[in-house]
This record gives sequence, structure tokens and C-alpha cells, in this order.
Amino acid sequence: MSRPDPILEVRDLAVSFATDEGVVRAVDGVSFDLRAGEILAIVGESGCGKSVTAMTLLGLTRSPNANFDGTATYKDIELLGASDAQLQEIRGEEIAMIFQDPMASLNPVMKIGAQITEQIDAHRDLPKAQARDRAIELLERVGIPRARERVDSYPHEFSGGMRQRVMIALALSCDPSVLIADEPTTALDVTVQAQILQRFRELRDETNAALILVTHDLGVVADIADNVAVMYAGRIVEQGTLDDIFYDPQHPYTWGLMGAITRIDRPRRTRLPTIPGLPPSLANRPQGCHLRPRCPHEFDACTKVPALEVRVQGGVAHADRCHLEPERKRRLREIAPGEIGLDPKAPPVKPSSPKDAAA
Amino acid sequence: MARFVARRIVSLIAVLFAISVITFAIFNIIPNGDPAYRLAGRTPTPGQLDAIRRVWGFDKPVTVQYARMMEQVFTGKLISYTNQTNVLDEIKQGFPRTLSLALGAALIWLFFAIVLGLYTAVKAGRFADRFLTVLALIGISMPVFWIGALMSYYLGFKAGIFPNGGYVPLTENPIQWAYHLILPWTALSILFIGFYSRVLRSNLLDTMSDDHVRTARAKGISERQILLRHVLRNSMIPIVTLWGLDFGAVVGGGAILTETVFDLEGVGQYAAEAIDMLDIPPVLAITMFGAFFIVIMNTVVDVVYAALDPRIRLS
Repeated sequence: MSRPDPILEVRDLAVSFATDEGVVRAVDGVSFDLRAGEILAIVGESGCGKSVTAMTLLGLTRSPNANFDGTATYKDIELLGASDAQLQEIRGEEIAMIFQDPMASLNPVMKIGAQITEQIDAHRDLPKAQARDRAIELLERVGIPRARERVDSYPHEFSGGMRQRVMIALALSCDPSVLIADEPTTALDVTVQAQILQRFRELRDETNAALILVTHDLGVVADIADNVAVMYAGRIVEQGTLDDIFYDPQHPYTWGLMGAITRIDRPRRTRLPTIPGLPPSLANRPQGCHLRPRCPHEFDACTKVPALEVRVQGGVAHADRCHLEPERKRRLREIAPGEIGLDPKAPPVKPSSPKDAAA
Repeated sequence: MARFVARRIVSLIAVLFAISVITFAIFNIIPNGDPAYRLAGRTPTPGQLDAIRRVWGFDKPVTVQYARMMEQVFTGKLISYTNQTNVLDEIKQGFPRTLSLALGAALIWLFFAIVLGLYTAVKAGRFADRFLTVLALIGISMPVFWIGALMSYYLGFKAGIFPNGGYVPLTENPIQWAYHLILPWTALSILFIGFYSRVLRSNLLDTMSDDHVRTARAKGISERQILLRHVLRNSMIPIVTLWGLDFGAVVGGGAILTETVFDLEGVGQYAAEAIDMLDIPPVLAITMFGAFFIVIMNTVVDVVYAALDPRIRLS
């Protein structure tokens, strides 16, 4: 099966920041492809580098103390080396971004209509009235009631969910080919979250845009993603299709993440398993595999950095960064399927088929 | 809105009452404050003093004296104890001078503070920023009576580039008006420019790291638009507040030193002279006049604040 060429190719992306505590390697050797109409989820704990990865694509992490390496190519344009003028053309027009906190991400002293038309003006040569009509149409499209009146409202006159819709309308205003959403539903309640995700799906179906979804919410991932990249301490530790990651996770960190989901289809245990310990400081990461101090399955080889390789048979695009033999991993998972937490002392639960895991 | 105005009027009356009572009380408490001596001239006899006290009502209870003085303030019949001139006429005469000084200086300091604040914020941490920061601190540290005197002496008296004090009304000759005010404007502005530019710089740097500025950048608009439309506008809100209050204070006679150094004969200088002579009526009237302006400017600032920041609602 031949797949279309990717519109965004990220290769060995590395981002580090010089800080008072030393060099913080926020992103280290991240590679992925994104094709039109595809939804890629980047998941991981807070501070694993997922937001930095996303923002770096638009040059939003550029600063005098930031250092970049690798490439990120969007339709023949190298984003990391792009001039400010080039980036300015791409931002909003080709690649648009939806930010995490809708309460803080809109200018509090500007009407939302003006905030949307500002972006349209930057990229399109439309008369004022038409840009305004377009803003109203966008607001209607994302489900803002009475958009014609609300276009002249200020952000504080909207609820959190409505503000996130405004952010989405803003991001969609120039029909971008790639939409990057950084924790778009984290600040919202669950019903609003479902509506927003539905909007993303419709958007992909309508415009064939590609979506990068940065999140720590595996429920959201299961709901919407085609492909998943799991990040830990600045590196991708496992990537593959949604099914690969949910039905056949290869990396102990992914097991930990899966184990930490509340499940209603399993016998309830007294405590929800958690991953012991904390993610390492990005200024002072462990040698070799970064998960080593937290991983119960650590052995000699782990002092060397495992490459991101395809290790499972038949998993064409399913790669992981773990030295364990796939066969051994399979057996480890059978001890406590579905939630092979990183805690070896966790009491095993009644075995069930691994296929249940994605539910 | 009606409630807002009503509340402001009530607070204005309360402030004026409190200010006038305190000022009046101070002059009744301080030693050597007896106004009969001001009126009697040199070496008066006890009989003359008694006569003056009787004629001017200084023998009456303090509350009655206060009430009489308030009546005179509001009917415009207040008379100075030192030279028997009408206080309100003097204030009326000095007011255009003070207003000219305040308005010009306020515009100058606001303009230069914005330019300097923007420039140092954009160049934050670099040499230009550090250099201008030092300069601003020097500006804040220079007392107006010192820098004003230096300017007046070297540029006015010695070099003769600028007039050595004095005032020409705007209606008479606008060019001469501005020419005579350049030095006072500059002297008064320096401190404010230093102070405001520092405040604005830190506001700008704070705002630059706000999430909504990142959103603006992600839209693909120019850095210039980001700076002016998003960063500056949000950073200017506290500056405008400060500006309104300082302007009110300067108009209300707060530019005592500048007016005196440059002999502008404005309200501030009148106040300085009256304080020097322990002359209650002008001091009381100017204090109330100043308080009136500060309260009015406060109200204006609140209205402007609400216009600038839609999250703020009056009342």
C-alpha cells in the first residue's frame, strides 16, 4: 500500500535551553512523519518535551538561549532554519496552533472578532467587511451561538469551553494544512472535551488537514488519534499506530501509562497503579535509557541509550526504545496483562485478553 | 454610571472636608501660627492685636472660624492674611501657568517614557538597555530643585539660550509660551521619564511572556504588530493610571519646586510662598484645590481604565 508523501517530516529534532541550572535538553532526537488527514498524538507526562516539540515547529521556542538541531521540513521548507519572514508566512496560514490554556491564550483587551480578523489580514487580502464575515462564519462553524453578536465580545465574556472554540476558530481561519493542538481539552470539562474532539474529526474530514495532538490524556488519544508517539524525558520511547500502542505496547513506560488509566472493564483494585518516582530533570538526565531509575525491568544493557527501532515482527511503523527482547516483553505482559505497571510488587489481576486494552 | 458619578461626588465632598479640617487644624496647632501677627505688621501692641482678633473673628471658637473660612472659600471672598489680596484671584492667575507646565511636561514625560520603555524592553539585557537603565536611575535620583537650578543657571542665565525664568501666556504668543516653558518642562519631566520608563519596561517584559502574546505570534503577524497591538496595549494600562494621578497632583500644585526654581508664579509657587509666611487662607484653598484635582483625575483615570480594559466595569 503506497501512502502519500508526508507534508511534515521531523528528523532528529533536538532542542536545548541554556539555563542557570545548566543545559536543559527538552527535546532529544525526535523524528516523525505527518501526512495529510492524519491525526498524530504525542503523549507523555508533564515536562517530557511534547509542548516544546510542538512549539518548535512554529519557531515559538526561539530565543537567545535556545539551541536547535535536526530538521523539520514542511513542504520543502526547513522550519528550524527558516527566516522570521518565512515563519511569519507559515504561522497561521500553513501551520496553525491551538494552545493549552484558553483562559490566558486570548488577548484580554481585544474583541475576539478583531483577534480573528487580525490573522486573516496577515495572510489574505480581504476587505474589512469580508474578513469580519469570515470571522463570524468561523465562529458559527465551531459552534458559537449567536456568532454575529458574539464577534464583538471580549474573551472574558466567554466560558472556558467557548474560548477554546474561539481559539479553534482562530486556528482554522486561514485553512491551515497542519493544525497543532497543545493540550486543547485539558482545561475543559468532559462534555465540552467530546464536542471539541468531534470538531477536530470533522475538520480533518472536511479539509483533509493533518493534526498533531499534544496531550497526556490517553482517553483523548484512544478517541481520535491515528498514530501515537510516546515521549519520555525529551525522547520518543515508542511510536506506532493507535492499535500498536494500545494493543501491543512495547516499552515499559507505555505499559505504565496504560496501567494508570482508570478502567471500568476490569475488576477494581484498591489503588490505581501509578508509575513510581518522578520524571528526571531535563537538565540532569540518567545515562542510557532515561527510564532506568524507575524501571523494574532494568538490566546491564540499559546503561546504553537504546535506539528507536522496529523490534516487533510485522510492526512496520511500530518502533520503541527498549533493550528488552520482544519475547521477554510479551511474557512480562502476560503476568499482568493490560497494566504491567512499573511496580513489580503490584498484585496481578485476573488475566484477560490483551485485545481488551483499547476499549 | 449614575451610581458611579454619585459615589464619586460623595467621596469628593468627604475628601475636601477631611483635607480642609486637617489643614485648618494644623495651622491652629503649630506654634507661632497666630494670624493676628501676620496682619498686624512689625512690633504690634497688645491692643492692636486684640483689635485685629476682634475684627477678623480670631476670638471666636475654632469651629466658627472654620465655618467662616469655608464660607469664604466657596463664595470666593477668601483674603490672604499677609497682603490682603483675594486668594481665589491669585489662584486663578496662577492656574494657567501651572496647567501649561503640567500639561506640557506630562505629555513630554509620557512620550519619552514610552519610547524609552519600548526600546529598553526590546533590547533587554543588552548594552543599550543597561546604559539607559543607569541613565534612568540618574534621572530619578536628580532632585528637580538641583537640575532645575543648573539648567536655569547654565542654559538660561549664562548661555542665554533659554529665558531665565518667567512666563508668557499662550494666548499672547504661543512660541514664546513654549520657549519659556522648555526648561521647566524638561526639569519636571526628567524624574517622571526615568520612573515611567522603568515601570513600562518591566510591564512590557511581563506581558511579552504572556500566553496571548504567543498566540499572537502564532498568527503570523509581524513582531512590530505584536509589540504595539498586543504587548504595548496591555502594558500601558497601569501607566495610564499612574499618569492621570501624577498629572492631577502636578496641576493641583504639586510642582512647587519647579515653579519656584523657574519663577513661573503658578499655583505651586503661590503655595510655597504662603507656607513660608504661615498664611492659612491660601494654603487651605490650594490644598483643597489640589485635592479636588486629584479626586477628579482619579475619576477620569477610572473611566479611562474601564475603556482600556474591558474586564473592568465602573461601579
